[in-house]
Amino acid sequence: MENHFEHLYEVLSKVDGYIYPNEIELHWSILIVLYPYITGLVAGAFILASLERVFNVKVLKPTYHLSLIAALAFLLTATLPLIFHLTQPQRFFEIMITPNPTSAMAIFGFVYMWYLMVVLLLEIWFDYRKDFVLWARESKGIKKWIYTILTLGVTDISPKALKWDEKIGYFVTVIGIPSAFLLHGYVGFIFGSIKANPWWSSVMMPVIFLFSAMVSGIALVLFLYMIVSFIRKIPSDMKCLDTIGQYLFYILILDFTLEALDQIHRFYEAEESFATLQMLMSGKLYITLFIIQILIGTVIPLIALGLFQFYKPAEKIRRITYFIISIVVLVGIFFMRWNVVIGGQLFSKSFYGFTNFKLILAGQEGLFVSLMLLALPFAIFAFLLWLLPPWKKHDIIEVSDD
Amino acid sequence: MGVKKTKTDRREFLEKLAIIAGGVIAVSIVKPFGSILFAAVKRPETGPWYGMGINISKCIGCGNCVKACKSENDIPNEPFFFRTWVEQYTIKNDETVVVESPNGGMDGFSQSVPDEEIFRSFFVPKLCNQCAHSPCVQVCPVGATFESPEGVVLVDSKYCLGCRYCIQACPYGTRFINPVTNVVDKCTLCYHRIMNGQSTACALVCPTGARIFGDINDEEGELHAFLKENITHVLKAHLNTGSKVYYKDLSPNVH
Repeated sequence: MENHFEHLYEVLSKVDGYIYPNEIELHWSILIVLYPYITGLVAGAFILASLERVFNVKVLKPTYHLSLIAALAFLLTATLPLIFHLTQPQRFFEIMITPNPTSAMAIFGFVYMWYLMVVLLLEIWFDYRKDFVLWARESKGIKKWIYTILTLGVTDISPKALKWDEKIGYFVTVIGIPSAFLLHGYVGFIFGSIKANPWWSSVMMPVIFLFSAMVSGIALVLFLYMIVSFIRKIPSDMKCLDTIGQYLFYILILDFTLEALDQIHRFYEAEESFATLQMLMSGKLYITLFIIQILIGTVIPLIALGLFQFYKPAEKIRRITYFIISIVVLVGIFFMRWNVVIGGQLFSKSFYGFTNFKLILAGQEGLFVSLMLLALPFAIFAFLLWLLPPWKKHDIIEVSDD
Repeated sequence: MGVKKTKTDRREFLEKLAIIAGGVIAVSIVKPFGSILFAAVKRPETGPWYGMGINISKCIGCGNCVKACKSENDIPNEPFFFRTWVEQYTIKNDETVVVESPNGGMDGFSQSVPDEEIFRSFFVPKLCNQCAHSPCVQVCPVGATFESPEGVVLVDSKYCLGCRYCIQACPYGTRFINPVTNVVDKCTLCYHRIMNGQSTACALVCPTGARIFGDINDEEGELHAFLKENITHVLKAHLNTGSKVYYKDLSPNVH
């Protein structure tokens, strides 16, 4: 407790103007930045996978399974930041057994379970069922056991059964698209519905969260595809990269437009909170908002991707550019979440002052825990790739450009 | 004939059954959406309906109420945890506003603005507004924050997760995490006292009678009279929280 007070006294000494005394402690820290970030990556990666399946975009085939597995890996970790940030984490299950129906947060448990159990796991299972059966036959030792269990006892791989797998999988994907929209639009609603906070309270928030989720998910798949290809020492498919780049370009334009619209609306109306929000943007959020989110995370990728729509330089240059773009977009969206979550707590609801955010290193809400939580989905992703390697699936033919 | 009749009966029965089943399904799908109407529905007021009146002109900024509250409710003394606090507003001649509340006003105030620059100065006591459709109650994911039948917003400390969504949702900054209990804490309008017929600690110790605790529905009561005789305002009225803390002489500069 002493450390906590020391931290609060330090923040108190850095308060600008007047803030309510209870506002000195900034309650939603980096873990709540991670929560919408990770959930967004899930929704975005899944939507990209669905595009391939529902709209039959063949050129995206090499990333289809990667997207699904990435979505699962990140979804499995999505609840951890939420649980870690509770002051009473041992009570988290109450949200499932006695949910308050008027609370947007209470519904998250159900949206999450729906998405995990009904959408993602089902889709992956139907997609891999035949391979589970065949891998169970081919493998030895513990792997054989794992694959046998994963078949859930359904070992019929007659053409008729496989056709049903395909049909049901398709149906789940169709349900999955609105579910992915719901998952992340809903996360936006958690913030957008807080009328006490003018930085959050916006009907645009769910839509902005949704599009930024798609941007980050597409960038994630681009990044993972290139990394996985590099590790497997096979060239990533250029047509696939170009197509993902093209999608990223379009969705990024939409996302940027929506966010700009939200800000323009806020400036034009210039309500009571306007002066405070203006100071917030030009002061404490200047670097994370204008430099990182807008310039590095949005404008530069837009220029590069826009250029590629008209002029295509050599493949090597395009590859490197796509790789860099995927990273800066991922960083940009992380800071978009940061600007929403942290930014919304830096000013006082009295509109007379600002508090300060100091990231602590150790502790429940510290940087180390956050880095661990961010690294965890990548570890799960690697494990799932080992367990469910898409390139060893029996109907996949390697696509490469040489 | 008989056979035909049976068929018609069965059909009718099945039709009715389908209508009932369809109706039940439709209602069970639509009903949860009723929860979006939380802030739009007015609650029926029966029995006592507690609130507070605050006469800003009478507040002298002595800080007794803050001290009494901390001691009555065992709130840690550090300057980050307040169930109630007092703000000093100083409107300068150039129309800028200086707001101060050192240690929540617990130790009284000194004026940092030179006399000749002051246009007007006054004190504003703050506390939970005991909203009739509280944003905090609306957002609590587990119902640990709730409104008592008497209109007091309370927290079940054995059920609170500490997710702090309610702290974000409160427009008045009246909630905090109590470092001892490690769950959310707020003004209970001294529920343990008022349910025994006593006044709140803050109202009791106020030397000028700036805080008037009472039952809004009690037509003979002090609060009823205060509301009848004075023009009062609530804080952030545009947010429609149903605040039950009524301020007399509230300046528009106060948020």
